[in-house]
Amino acid sequence: MAIIERPETTPAVPGGPSVPATVTPASSLGALKRPVTTTGWKSWLFTVDHKKIGIIYGVIGMFFLVVGGVEALLIRLQLASAEGKVLNASVYNQMFTMHGTTMVFLFSMPMANAFANYFLPLQLGARDVAFPRMNALAVWLTLTGGIILNLAWFLGGAADGGWFMYAPNSGPIFSPSNGVDFWVIGLQIAGIGSLIGSINLIVTVLNMRAPGLSLMKMPVFSWMMLVVQFLLVFSLPVITVALTLLMFQRGFGATFFDVAQGADPLLWQHLFWIFGHPEVYILVLPAFGIISEVLPTFSRKPLFGYPFVVFSGAAIGLVGFGVWAHHMFASGLGPVSVAVFSIATMAIAIPTGVKIFNWTLTMWGGKIWFATPMKFAIGLVVLFTFGGLSGVTHSVAPSDTQQTDTYYIVAHFHYVLFGGMVFGLFSGLYYWWPKVFGKRLNERLGSWNFWLMFIGMNMTFGPMHILGLQGQPRRMYQWTENRAGEGFFDLGFWNMIASVGSFVLAIGILFFFINMVWTTKKEPKSSLDPWDARTLEWITSNPPKEHNFDRIPTVSHLDEFFHRKYQEDHATESMTPIKTAEEILAEEEANADAHIHLPSPSYWPLVLAVGIGVLGLGVIYGVPTMIIGGSIVLVAIFGWVLEPSVAEDFDYEGTSHDDGPSKELTTHG
Amino acid sequence: MSTATEQNTTTHGDSHEHGMSDAGYIKIAIILALITALEVSTYYIDFGPLFLPSLIIMMIAKFVMVVSYFMHLKFDSRIFAFLFYTGLGLCLFVYLWALATFKFFG
Amino acid sequence: MADVAVHADHSADHQAHQGSTGLSNNKLAMWLFLGSECLLFGGLISTYMLYRGRVKDGPHPHQIYDIPFTSVSSFVLLMSSLTMVLAVTAAQRHDDRRTNLWLTVTAVLGATFVGGQIYEFTAFYREGLGFTTSLFSSSFYTLTGFHGVHVSVGIIMLLVTVGVIKKNRVVGNKAESVELVGLYWHFVDIVWIVIFTLVYLIPS
Repeated sequence: MAIIERPETTPAVPGGPSVPATVTPASSLGALKRPVTTTGWKSWLFTVDHKKIGIIYGVIGMFFLVVGGVEALLIRLQLASAEGKVLNASVYNQMFTMHGTTMVFLFSMPMANAFANYFLPLQLGARDVAFPRMNALAVWLTLTGGIILNLAWFLGGAADGGWFMYAPNSGPIFSPSNGVDFWVIGLQIAGIGSLIGSINLIVTVLNMRAPGLSLMKMPVFSWMMLVVQFLLVFSLPVITVALTLLMFQRGFGATFFDVAQGADPLLWQHLFWIFGHPEVYILVLPAFGIISEVLPTFSRKPLFGYPFVVFSGAAIGLVGFGVWAHHMFASGLGPVSVAVFSIATMAIAIPTGVKIFNWTLTMWGGKIWFATPMKFAIGLVVLFTFGGLSGVTHSVAPSDTQQTDTYYIVAHFHYVLFGGMVFGLFSGLYYWWPKVFGKRLNERLGSWNFWLMFIGMNMTFGPMHILGLQGQPRRMYQWTENRAGEGFFDLGFWNMIASVGSFVLAIGILFFFINMVWTTKKEPKSSLDPWDARTLEWITSNPPKEHNFDRIPTVSHLDEFFHRKYQEDHATESMTPIKTAEEILAEEEANADAHIHLPSPSYWPLVLAVGIGVLGLGVIYGVPTMIIGGSIVLVAIFGWVLEPSVAEDFDYEGTSHDDGPSKELTTHG
Repeated sequence: MSTATEQNTTTHGDSHEHGMSDAGYIKIAIILALITALEVSTYYIDFGPLFLPSLIIMMIAKFVMVVSYFMHLKFDSRIFAFLFYTGLGLCLFVYLWALATFKFFG
Repeated sequence: MADVAVHADHSADHQAHQGSTGLSNNKLAMWLFLGSECLLFGGLISTYMLYRGRVKDGPHPHQIYDIPFTSVSSFVLLMSSLTMVLAVTAAQRHDDRRTNLWLTVTAVLGATFVGGQIYEFTAFYREGLGFTTSLFSSSFYTLTGFHGVHVSVGIIMLLVTVGVIKKNRVVGNKAESVELVGLYWHFVDIVWIVIFTLVYLIPS
């Protein structure tokens, strides 16, 4: 979809009467006018602005962080003491299933999308993404999927087959409640959203870079997000197949996973993990991208080995498609398959190690500034390394046969996901908060946030290495005194430590929310460039104007912003400041483009998402619901295709000056 | 900026012809039809040990011809081919390997 | 400098000078989508290949397939790819009448194919091959059903394109819109090329 000019009234003849610009197509068929409000709740519901959409993703993500976190705390409360009575077995199964599902699909992926949506166009020097309405559709589909997934709690019990939902256990005989159906539908819908989003972002990166911004001058965050989108585009269809087969089995009696009919349960496992393994790189690469921006900024040094960091990211993505069966070492694959996947898994540690080296060497010899974003970034490097090391032990298949399905695995993936991904996300939150909201988050509260999370995380997941190697299995709702052992290996003791740790962790995260509120109320506005940053997104106001850049910047260097501020002298190996951020921004404003084209808001992405949601629920509730949903979908698609590409000029009642979003505009129904 | 209101633009970017006339497309279609006829003939004629390989080769030939000529991939930017063939390549890789673990190929 | 009147099709100008690669956004998106669809159909085809011989009850593949009938169907779909290409070249020559003619023929051929599929499925059903009869039947119907739905969506897109061209409401580059519909249509055809060989011609 092309970026369309918002019509303005300009004199046909200088000094003459204003003439409204004609818009295309000629008529809007009445009902298909586009919404035009730029403030208030309508401006959020019908927005196609990537920045607003990024914030919506962020709100979704942080909300589900709390939901998933509460689910985790309940699990830890149950396991804090022997024969816990907090949750019964059935509820426990639902709890760990939804904790995993929520954290993976409703927290991490939306948060990554929050950063990608907000910052990719800014880092690329663009005014929006390639397909703004598709972008809006993607976020509303994510929310719809998340709602459907969690509706199950209130409608008969949530899904309870584990986040990986192995069939035939997840089939109608062993999981008779509706929970799995909600899970399947919710994920299918969220998956469509992710697929649309990924196509959108790839085209954005390929096609909407500022002049001079070659791919090898792109910030590493943009590169990592590009790799992530490719992983999504090619892995999502595989889980779509798996979910569809399960849906047909549960809904229509197909026998895909019915062993009595000759089915092979490994089919589900292969399909799920062919998606599931790239998925974990989808989760962690954004965090890698974020700290690749933060570490150089706070070390006052350029990223060490930029090409290596970029290519290793791409290598991780590609090889990530070749290791999935390491999740299936104990499933009876046979020695040849196990050996091959074992070696492939060892191989993927190499590009990851390359990144760790590059990040460490970035810091070496730098002038480190231990602001909160940097603390989280260094935390990632340390904690992810621990997680990666335990991961390498899993790659040795005979060793994994003992570790699999124990808490040792839980320890591994929480170190890489929490220590890796979550710490990276928090680093990004602290780093980019002044850009998005105009204020720096409070440093003292940030320090408390970090240290409580760091200590809490290690208290919670550190002992799980011991618990796992001593044999505590996953997904068991109780442990008993007589199995718990004694002395150093008193598993009861370590379970208690882990549970206490989880609450320390929760308080740490609470500090983030406290910091958010405190900062909004009490902190002063931030300067334009509080961290002396390096990349293009900082050549904008705080927050950026609706159109991002007054003039699309021309790029001639990697770390373009940094090169505009400082002159390097290779002879004396020194840098002289030549311009401040304020001066650079003022220069851009002085040379603003005369005509700035912005996409108009639209009702139809939201309507279509709602229609798809109702259609999905119809799979559970029957044909009448499907018909209603289907009708909404049809109306929405036709509305989308046929709506005018711009709002008509009589929908506006503003003045002739184009100052962007501050006009109060009328809307039509 | 011109004020003419053309209904169609004359700039097509990458979508202009690269020498395939309608006659050329019809020729490709005839070749595809002949290959299809040959494929169907395997139902009636015993190809012996050549049965499986020839069917696979014919399938691939038709696939590549439709992609390269009808979908114009041969004449368009390499980027499109990269996007599509990466998907196809990953598809072949993961699914053939998964089937192999099921001892599908013996 | 006033920039008053706007082209009816001015978004195409934006397309002409947008794009760091010089390529159209929509075309990049379509090829990406088709690359992703390879993995979707690959999964369904693999499931079929795994389960094709697993028949506890009901007919086996070789007992039920009507190769001559399906061959005609396949030929019809193949020819619809030719007519689709002719629609695209007509659109590039700005010949709206021819474009709509070929688009309609393509839709008719596609509908013939779908009609053939429906006939085939009802015949199989009457011969005892229901959706849940066996693993073979579930996988067969799921795979060919997904393909049939894709063809049907394609037919709708073709007819909508005809309507939109007739009413002169095309947003953006008309020839490109037809080309994009064409890419989708050809993809649906190449999936069938694979299905016809692997499912029908190669016995289990």
